[in-house]
Amino acid sequence: MNTKFAHGIRGLAVAGTMAFALTAPSIAAAQSEQFIPLLVYRTGSFAPLGIPWANGKLDYLKMINERDGGINGVKMVYEECETAYNTDRGVECYERLKTKGGGGSLFDTQSTGITYAVMDKAPLDKVPVMTMGYGRSDSADGSVFPWSFPLLGTYWTASDIIVQDIAKKMGGVDKLKGKKLALVYHDSPYGKEPITALQALARKHGFELMLLPVIAPGVEQKSTWLQIRQQRPEYVILWAAGIMTPTSIREAQATGFPREKIYGIWWAGSESDVRDLGATAKGYNAIAIQGSADYGKAHDDILKYVYDKNQGSADSRAEVGTVAHTRGMMIQMLTVEAIRTAQEKYGKGKAVTPEQVRWGLENLDISQARLDELGFGNLMRPVKTSCADHMGSSWARIITWNGDKYETTSDWYEADMSVIDPLVKAGADKYAKEKGITPRDCSKE
Amino acid sequence: MGFFIETLLGGLMTGVLYALIGLGFVLIFKASGVFNFAQGAMVLVAALAMARFSAWAIELTGSMLFGNVIAFFMSVAFMIALAIAIERLVLRHLVNQELTTLLMATLGITYVLDGLGQTVFGSSVYTIDVGMPKEPLFLFQDVFEGGILLNPDDLIAALVGAALVAALALLFQYTKVGRALRAVADDHQAAQSVGIPLGRIWVVVWSVAGVVALVAGIVWGSKLGVQFSLSTVALRALPVVILGGLTSVPGAILGGLIIGVGEKLSEVYLGSFVGGGIEVWFAYALALLVLLVRPEGLFGEKHIDRV
Repeated sequence: MNTKFAHGIRGLAVAGTMAFALTAPSIAAAQSEQFIPLLVYRTGSFAPLGIPWANGKLDYLKMINERDGGINGVKMVYEECETAYNTDRGVECYERLKTKGGGGSLFDTQSTGITYAVMDKAPLDKVPVMTMGYGRSDSADGSVFPWSFPLLGTYWTASDIIVQDIAKKMGGVDKLKGKKLALVYHDSPYGKEPITALQALARKHGFELMLLPVIAPGVEQKSTWLQIRQQRPEYVILWAAGIMTPTSIREAQATGFPREKIYGIWWAGSESDVRDLGATAKGYNAIAIQGSADYGKAHDDILKYVYDKNQGSADSRAEVGTVAHTRGMMIQMLTVEAIRTAQEKYGKGKAVTPEQVRWGLENLDISQARLDELGFGNLMRPVKTSCADHMGSSWARIITWNGDKYETTSDWYEADMSVIDPLVKAGADKYAKEKGITPRDCSKE
Repeated sequence: MGFFIETLLGGLMTGVLYALIGLGFVLIFKASGVFNFAQGAMVLVAALAMARFSAWAIELTGSMLFGNVIAFFMSVAFMIALAIAIERLVLRHLVNQELTTLLMATLGITYVLDGLGQTVFGSSVYTIDVGMPKEPLFLFQDVFEGGILLNPDDLIAALVGAALVAALALLFQYTKVGRALRAVADDHQAAQSVGIPLGRIWVVVWSVAGVVALVAGIVWGSKLGVQFSLSTVALRALPVVILGGLTSVPGAILGGLIIGVGEKLSEVYLGSFVGGGIEVWFAYALALLVLLVRPEGLFGEKHIDRV
């Protein structure tokens, strides 16, 4: 099958006209083809993260087509749409692709801002939105958010796991009492999302939480780090993205704050964030989505079926196995498995509708044996979703930059749902009330 | 007290970095009366050029020093070529047009440079390593607990900024080109009528602004890494030129220092009362306050029209 796509390129503008992106037309949908819209950001401030992420997503789809001939014979067709991480352009991409090729199977918007913008549209358009590791944390409650799927963890579960690892390093949860932790965050919906969970954790464990917002894009942080130098928190939790991450680490060095005492969220934990810093970032920790810093059989398959045939999306095969590329692969693996699950119910070997993909997402049951079979055995833990639980799993590990590459430095952690579940319930109830939504009764489904 | 001095020093150092970018705005404005929206994009493109050329030159020569020197001159040549292209393709066609047209043209140049820069040089993060020392110094540890923090790379940047200002002041005040630049800024038509070649002057001024952007790009790029966000740093320099005056080189420096110190002190001492993150708008508020009293900025030329 002939599948074409073009990377969005920055538009050229004359006399004040706006920049724009071009994407090549995709293939007409056929009954034996499943259309996947791919929202990506290969340009703009966050491109260093967006490029390998997008490549990972593409490579996995290419590998499935090449190795397996698609899903039960249904080939994956796809089209990239460049958002440059801008919400307006993301919404434009969503509108353009939602009905294309028989309907966009699901949207992985790659942005909390775009997610918030399309979240209310998705139920009306009957298109599922998958937000692996980002988006709205309370959308894990499927009874209120039937079309949203924050699979594998949210910012709230990440917050809890980071605090668990800090507590472990300090010698136990009880050692947190009376201590000070600082949250240095991108002053945006993305950066503010963990505050609710961290405040709940601070109340539970008795630590003090310092909140230090950084204005986007985060190129000037001197006053933030001077305050850290003055207040001397035990650890800094860094909710950064793009250039904010290396700038934070550089300022930590400039103010003498040990990098070993910094924990970044997963979007601040890719090679592009620290590679150029090298030894300056040595000791810097980040939480990984599941085991995304490790290497598995799935990577070998990508190299064998895609790169060995000169079909790779990245400029270099060395990109395969990097954290951001692996995240892209994980997202597409979940997409493919959701489609496969939907086919089990609605007809093997047939393309499924976005509504049927939603069912597939809600009934995912990926066991360890299945993960092993897929080549993700050491990269992930089992995932099982339901009507009430749209997250399916909250397992994660901590990774640490050794000056040259990330190493996985913790065992598997699972979020303490006794803290997170009430927050999800409260948030979802509030949303339902605001929007006049009657929650589904999951006990009857 | 130690912390206050530290914050003050940090603000002063940041202020010099802002001033480096502000200077580019001032140069173009002085010579053409146009506020150059493309200055941030020029910083990005200059830094990208330096980063890519230096990677190549260091590998070729095996020496960081020689590699960087070669890359610097290559980048200067690149920025001059860019200035010529801008004059030929955009400005030449807009001689004697409304200033608003020129302003919009610089906005267009911004988008072109942002897009072309990423297309030609790529969107990854690149490094400029000119050997700036990164480890902090702690002074007066006997007097203040924990000492006074000083970053040597900021100090070097401040010295570079000061040298650049001195050079530009000399250029404007004591050279033939400087006088021509000022004449063009005053009135395009009058300057042309006495034989000043407008096109050449614009090439000169955009080249000088390009070199200033290169210096700013090297300093900021070695601090932050080189990537797209560098162009947004220019937004931080806007209040600097508003405050200092769009026509004054020393004004850009003083404006930078005031804004740098003002935003750091406000963030540290007032930020916690309003949830933090106030330094950006505080800088603009400060600039607006100055505009209320002195619309031409602290050092800007007073514009008097006879009626």
